Amino acid sequence: MAQDKQTGQYYFPHGSRLPFFGSASLFVLMAGAAATLNGASIGVWVLGVGFLLLCALFFFWFGEVIRENQAGALFYARQLSVPWLGGDGAKAVTGLLWPDFEASWPSNGPGALSPRDNGSYEIIPAFGLPAINTALLLTSGLTITIAHHAMKMGNRGMLKIFLALTFLLGFTFLGVQAHEYGEAYREHGLQLGTGIYGSTFFMLTGFHGLHVTVGAIMLVVIWLRCMKGHFTPHQHFAFEAVAWYWHFVDVVWLGLCRGSASSWQALHRDRRQYRRGQDRADAIPVPALRHQAVLRAKRPESLPRGLLR
Amino acid sequence: MSIVKRNSKLPAAAGALAALTTVPARADWSLLNMPKGVSELSRDIYDMHMIMLWICLAIAVVTFGAMIYAMIRFRKSRGAVADTKLLHNARLEAAWTIVPTIILIGMAIPSVDKLIKIEDMSGSKLTIKVTGYQWYWHYEYLGRGVSFYSRLARSSDLARQRGSGIDPNTVDNYLLEVDKPLVVPTGTKIRLLLTANDVIHAWWVPDFGMKRDAIPGFMNEMWVSVDADKPGTYRGKCAELCGADHGFMPIVVVAMPPAEFEAWLAQQELRQ
Amino acid sequence: MRPDEVTNMAHGNAAAGHGDHHRPPKGVMRWLTTTNHKDIGTMYLVFSLAMFLIGGVMALLIRAELFQPGLQLVDPGFYNQLTTVHALVMVFGAVMPATVGLANWMIPLQIGAADMALPRMNLFSFWLLFFAFVLLISTFFVPGGAPAAGWTLYPPLVLQTGNAFPMAIFAIHLMGASSIMGAINVIVTIVNMRAPGMTLLKMPLFSWSWLITAYLLIAVMPVFAGGVTMLLTDYYFHTSFFNAAGGGDPVLFQHVFWFFGHPEVYIMILPAFGIVSEIIPTFSRKPIFGYEAMVYAIASIAFLSFIVWAHHMFTVGMPLAGQLFFTLSTMLIAVPTGVKVFNWTTTMWRGSLSFEPPMLFALAFLFLFTIGGFSGLMLAIVPADFQYHDTYFVVAHFHYVLVPGAVFGIMAAVYYWLPKWTGHMYDMNIAKWHFWLTAIFVNVLFFPQHFLGLAGMQRRIPDYPTQFTDWNMVSSIGGFGFGLSQLLFVWLIIRCVKGGQRATAGVWDWPHGLEWTVPSPAPYHTFEKSPELH
Ligand code: HEA
Ligand code: HEA
Ligand code: CUA
Ligand SMILES: [Cu+2]
Repeated sequence: MAQDKQTGQYYFPHGSRLPFFGSASLFVLMAGAAATLNGASIGVWVLGVGFLLLCALFFFWFGEVIRENQAGALFYARQLSVPWLGGDGAKAVTGLLWPDFEASWPSNGPGALSPRDNGSYEIIPAFGLPAINTALLLTSGLTITIAHHAMKMGNRGMLKIFLALTFLLGFTFLGVQAHEYGEAYREHGLQLGTGIYGSTFFMLTGFHGLHVTVGAIMLVVIWLRCMKGHFTPHQHFAFEAVAWYWHFVDVVWLGLCRGSASSWQALHRDRRQYRRGQDRADAIPVPALRHQAVLRAKRPESLPRGLLR
Repeated sequence: MSIVKRNSKLPAAAGALAALTTVPARADWSLLNMPKGVSELSRDIYDMHMIMLWICLAIAVVTFGAMIYAMIRFRKSRGAVADTKLLHNARLEAAWTIVPTIILIGMAIPSVDKLIKIEDMSGSKLTIKVTGYQWYWHYEYLGRGVSFYSRLARSSDLARQRGSGIDPNTVDNYLLEVDKPLVVPTGTKIRLLLTANDVIHAWWVPDFGMKRDAIPGFMNEMWVSVDADKPGTYRGKCAELCGADHGFMPIVVVAMPPAEFEAWLAQQELRQ
Repeated sequence: MRPDEVTNMAHGNAAAGHGDHHRPPKGVMRWLTTTNHKDIGTMYLVFSLAMFLIGGVMALLIRAELFQPGLQLVDPGFYNQLTTVHALVMVFGAVMPATVGLANWMIPLQIGAADMALPRMNLFSFWLLFFAFVLLISTFFVPGGAPAAGWTLYPPLVLQTGNAFPMAIFAIHLMGASSIMGAINVIVTIVNMRAPGMTLLKMPLFSWSWLITAYLLIAVMPVFAGGVTMLLTDYYFHTSFFNAAGGGDPVLFQHVFWFFGHPEVYIMILPAFGIVSEIIPTFSRKPIFGYEAMVYAIASIAFLSFIVWAHHMFTVGMPLAGQLFFTLSTMLIAVPTGVKVFNWTTTMWRGSLSFEPPMLFALAFLFLFTIGGFSGLMLAIVPADFQYHDTYFVVAHFHYVLVPGAVFGIMAAVYYWLPKWTGHMYDMNIAKWHFWLTAIFVNVLFFPQHFLGLAGMQRRIPDYPTQFTDWNMVSSIGGFGFGLSQLLFVWLIIRCVKGGQRATAGVWDWPHGLEWTVPSPAPYHTFEKSPELH
């Protein structure tokens, strides 16, 4: 709901069928996903229908919001603040919970999952393609800022060009990432199932990629709306919201990169330790071991393997 | 859980009211509180528990007393008139922030040295590796070549089946008996290495005062030491939900004097 | 503020501009399409009551099985499904939606707003919740049955779930989405739509408690969703987050879960604190004592709730420093909670007390929640928790804070605001019967569980050694008594909706706050033009 500045009146949307429709389509989507995961053959179809319904929902919902917006209702959520974001507590927590933690874990997964015979894999270094990708994403942060300035100056030509540039950079990023995934799977032996490194790598970058995809689609929509002349230099909240989102995706990537760079170093160091640890594998019952955290970190060999499947 | 099984004279299906009225009269007071146990740790823990109980009771008397007094004294039906000016009292508010803080810190301090003692595994004379399985235990006397499995006793297992027709009250140590108990020496610091093979379990014998999780893929440690003058049979159970038969993987420990224990161990070594 | 402090009231009459608010459509379409905060609040409350009955029936099955040793009614596997779904239904289906329903109804009325800020999203979050529970409860009917690893869903055990596994996880995703939307809505409403003059520090404490709860929700629901997503990929896509063989750690999930789970329990209790802070002044006929301290206390409880999570995991084998830290931080929560308890007591001091049903429930809350708080404090002491952990002592603790805590708070709120919602007074005699039966039986039900736990009965077992028989019988009798008493509650609500003596705008002797300035029942649209406050 939004308030009209002059009259102090609020705008109410009328009753709407969309929320129920949306919930129902999400239900279909999830039931379909569950059925697919459980191996039911109709699962995929249900999933597909759910997905189509969801697309339809987005189409209608945003369409309605845009219509209302054009009709003069102002939407805002600017005062939403997220004070708890930021701050790097990870170190402190690790130090507290596992003071003697050394990352010398078996990180190559339940062996057989790697395509290589010995279950080994290589990790993705933080330079090379990832560095190029970082540059792409950073540049896109710049172009969208230029677009924003152009919008404020009323320079529609610049706006359109730099907005288009932004989502093109975004899609290029995704292309490079897809290529990198392919290499990881085929050549480095690094897969989702190759132990905790693979799991973490693909989950983090994968979910990031998902957000980039969503962001790039939103940029396209905003670009189309710019073409239709929906915004004015003073009224373009939708544009700003998408720009925020894009910057957010950008910043998260920097965090990921830093994280993966340091874990890359850590892994190289730790593998050595891990090998050292292997030499001591038969030393389990030595009473000198003082701490279960040490026990955990240093003695993977004593583990019963293949617990889950 | 105490060693002695309590014989319930009441038929299981006793009527509702009968149970309600007779229970307090027949209550066995050991069933109301934590056991003191048979080790230094368990007595430490029991003492801490009692201290906290008394502190909480004392605070309860004061706060509940004030509430009850207010409810009686300031009733409208007795003509009480509200004092709408009583909105703040800085001193009072400071007092009831600071005093509880002090009480709390006072409650926490005794736990420090107990914890240090609990986490200190040094000086143990015997190490036993305990592995949890769905749904039984495996014990291994490390370096002594003795190991065996320990499962729910047959008599309990038969009686616990749904529709078995066996009244649990007729089974000795229902759900607290195993086919082969763990045997430990008394008066000795014993280190337990805990792990599991499938899901998380937890090893707990209340009379020893400790409980610790057995986590697949990892080793946990804890130590126990049974008082030298308290040989006997002590019973516990798995204390972490581990699937359907979580309730049916008891632990039985027989503590015997060190000499007897060595003899027992030698005999086991021969057999294996 | 008192009713007479408010001028310029405009409710019901259409305002300029967008004044074409038709009456709601008739029949089922009204409930499928409404964006009115009162309608949505009602739906939440009805849904919550239904879930309370469903979760309660599961609880009664549990209590029936535990009435005596031996297995009489259910198999052990099914028993675990019952406890798991009982907890999930009660927590996510009964208590949380009830407080969301109250927030929907009361926050706009309390702060003088015309509706919630994001009405369509409001409806969306309700229906998401509905479908989440369709998905969750239908797991009872798929191969392998419902999830049975406890509501804490610890791996590796939870990875042994059958076809229910993805369904439960997606249900949690839907619940999470629903909660986050609801929370955003509350925050945006309170931040943007307070009537002129309604500064934050004039806001009623119920709205305050919800504002802070909403921040908690936004902070922790994504963590939970992330955790269960990792479970999902471990199960289906060969990741190793919680699998030691691949370098993962099952205990990592416990950290993730409790980082969500502990704030979650305060998400359930903070709104109840807010409710009690509304009711005790009304029936003491005197404003709350230490209003600002109350606000700061809620905020500090919320803050502290983020740094205590590992007190649920003392037995996993944490380093000494970790155990001590979590003991101390946990105990600190007693300080702001104590401030609240003492302020409530002082509010009654030199008051003019009367004991209508809302006040009765609020008082029972005061006593029984405190008992639950004390047992929580005992649990927080590490070495002692080694004995208490995973026994019925814990079960007793959390039912004391949840049932005579959160649930009594909700019941108090229903008795307090029901006349405002329906326009009718309810039958005071039935309400008092309901109160006394409930208050007595809840103690018969849960107090003996302290004894059981101390004497060594672990939780999550369908069968027990025979020495625990007596107290289990008592507890089960209490459970059935408690359950039957709730029929009175349902009956009373139905009668009150249908009719009864007309309620005035103020309803109570000493009405206090904007909600008591609008007629009863509250008109479909209120405060279309902001009230002005002095
Ligand atoms: C509404 C829900 C709620 C609330 C409010 C609380 C409140 C508290 N809880 Fe509880 N808790 C749960 C719900 C809740 N809990 C649940 C569901 C579980 C189990 C989950 C599971 O395993 O399934 C649990 C488990 C649990 C454990 C883990 C036990 C175990 O598994 O081994 C612990 C341990 O520290 C704990 C502690 C506390 C403490 C210290 C408080 C404190 O906030 C209490 C503070 C209140 C008071 C202390 C009383 C009032 C204060 C005064 C009158 C002031 C003066 C007092 C003093 C100075 C002492 N709780
Ligand atoms: C808000 C949360 C909430 C609420 C309200 C309740 C309410 C109740 N709970 Fe629950 N409970 C939990 C949260 C909650 N519980 C959690 C988190 C767990 C841990 C689960 C786990 O281990 O993973 C748990 C576990 C739990 C256990 C332990 C199981 C075990 O460890 O093996 C037990 C056993 O007694 C129990 C009992 C009850 C009872 C009797 C009620 C009663 O208050 C319910 C009363 C309501 C009704 C009875 C319904 C209303 C009446 C009718 C429908 C009319 C019909 C009635 C008759 C015919 C008699 N609960
Ligand atoms: Cu093993 Cu519970
Ligand atoms: Cu907690």
